[in-house]
Amino acid sequence: MSETMIENINLSKQEEEQREKPSLEDRPIVICARDIVKSFGERLILKGISVNVHHGEVLVVIGPSGCGKSTLLRCLNGLEPIDSGEIELDGELLTKPGTNWNLVRQKIGMVFQNYELFPHLNVMDNILLGPIKVQKRKKTEAKQKASAWLERVGLLDRADSYPRELSGGQKQRVAIVRALTMAPEVMLFDEVTASLDPEMVREVLDVMLSLASQGLTMVIVTHEMGFAKAVADKIIFMDEGHIVENAPPDVFFNNPETSRAKKFLNMFEFKGIKKV
Amino acid sequence: MDLDFAIKCIPLFWAAGKLTVTLAFFGIILSLVIGFICAVLQYYRIPFLKQLAGIYIELARNTPLMVQLFFLFFGLPRLGILIPGKTCAIIGLAFLGGAYMAEAFRGGFSAVGKTQLEAGLSLGLSRLQLLRYVIFPQALAVSLPVISASTIFLMKETSVFSIVALPDLMYLAKDLLKEGHSIESNLMLVISYLVIILPVSLFFAYLERRARFAGFGS
Repeated sequence: MSETMIENINLSKQEEEQREKPSLEDRPIVICARDIVKSFGERLILKGISVNVHHGEVLVVIGPSGCGKSTLLRCLNGLEPIDSGEIELDGELLTKPGTNWNLVRQKIGMVFQNYELFPHLNVMDNILLGPIKVQKRKKTEAKQKASAWLERVGLLDRADSYPRELSGGQKQRVAIVRALTMAPEVMLFDEVTASLDPEMVREVLDVMLSLASQGLTMVIVTHEMGFAKAVADKIIFMDEGHIVENAPPDVFFNNPETSRAKKFLNMFEFKGIKKV
Repeated sequence: MDLDFAIKCIPLFWAAGKLTVTLAFFGIILSLVIGFICAVLQYYRIPFLKQLAGIYIELARNTPLMVQLFFLFFGLPRLGILIPGKTCAIIGLAFLGGAYMAEAFRGGFSAVGKTQLEAGLSLGLSRLQLLRYVIFPQALAVSLPVISASTIFLMKETSVFSIVALPDLMYLAKDLLKEGHSIESNLMLVISYLVIILPVSLFFAYLERRARFAGFGS
């Protein structure tokens, strides 16, 4: 992604924010996580993570591989049960016995690194499975909504295609639409461009940028630093199961507080490195 | 070889073949149901029932059908349980086949990646919906070759039904053999089994091709 593109995106986003804002911190909290601890066997992955996601906020989680950022995302929609701590959605405690996670997950959409479209269903049926079977919506109405979304991401003409006939970027856009047609309150994106060729990364990120500018609440785990800078309202930098920094993107990228974050960000810098 | 005799025997073989097909049909349908249930119990690791399914599978797979039929037809009456021959045959075939089908489905289920389940769960699908709409269709495509092989194997296994005094193809052939028509009865027996089993084979080959063309796993 070129710098000017990012600046443009940044500018338009800032303009929009200035227009609509009450500040993020004043908006209601959609997801509240307190002291999340999670281990796999002996290995402690999350060592007491606390984070709030406000309505309309785009929270970007970055950090080195294995720092626990994907696990955090998976804990938020109950794909991984946590060892201790609390998670609330719209003020309702989820981490208690008797929580209907099927219901919760309809409000928390998730997109995965490897798309995870259902290979035996075509694009339209992939998208309609949730609205029709889970939410019991009428087929015609659901189909209309699905078509509108597909058109928005430029894939209406692929509605009858099977996943194997699509490129990676197309698959990921379908996966995003599949999650969106459930009309979730918040979307979780788990390294959704990590399996894509560089030229396909952009088409997926564009979709996400447009969702962000529409005010969708999003939690994004990514390694795309330029994108993180452009899309985020808040950056969380994780390392070894802790949140090391929690700051707005301009502060984090220009003035990281910790040496750990500085070191991490330097890995993406190639200025001053010359081929010998 | 007495061709006229062979031709005269056709109605007899037709009747015997019908019995073989009927018994095989119900036995195999039941074995698919049993196999599916066992595979689901094992897949979802339902305590106790999972172990029970495991014990059943080992018991059924590691004893011959003839021994199972002997137990049903000659053993159970000793305990006061009388089961008619046809029912014995169907139960026996389903008992044996259930274990093979369970293994076939198990293979298919385990081929569906964990991440596919997570994708389904994150759409809010219940476990039952997940099974119905995500796991089963994908598993079936993977299981199909094993289901096909097991079906053909079970159809051939019906040839031991004659030991519980059922007038099936094998029984008829043995009867004719006793009358001194060994070549004719053998020939008709081979033809009868071919006529019954070959179309089933071809049908499964067609289904497998269809499933392969669906191109799952991408």
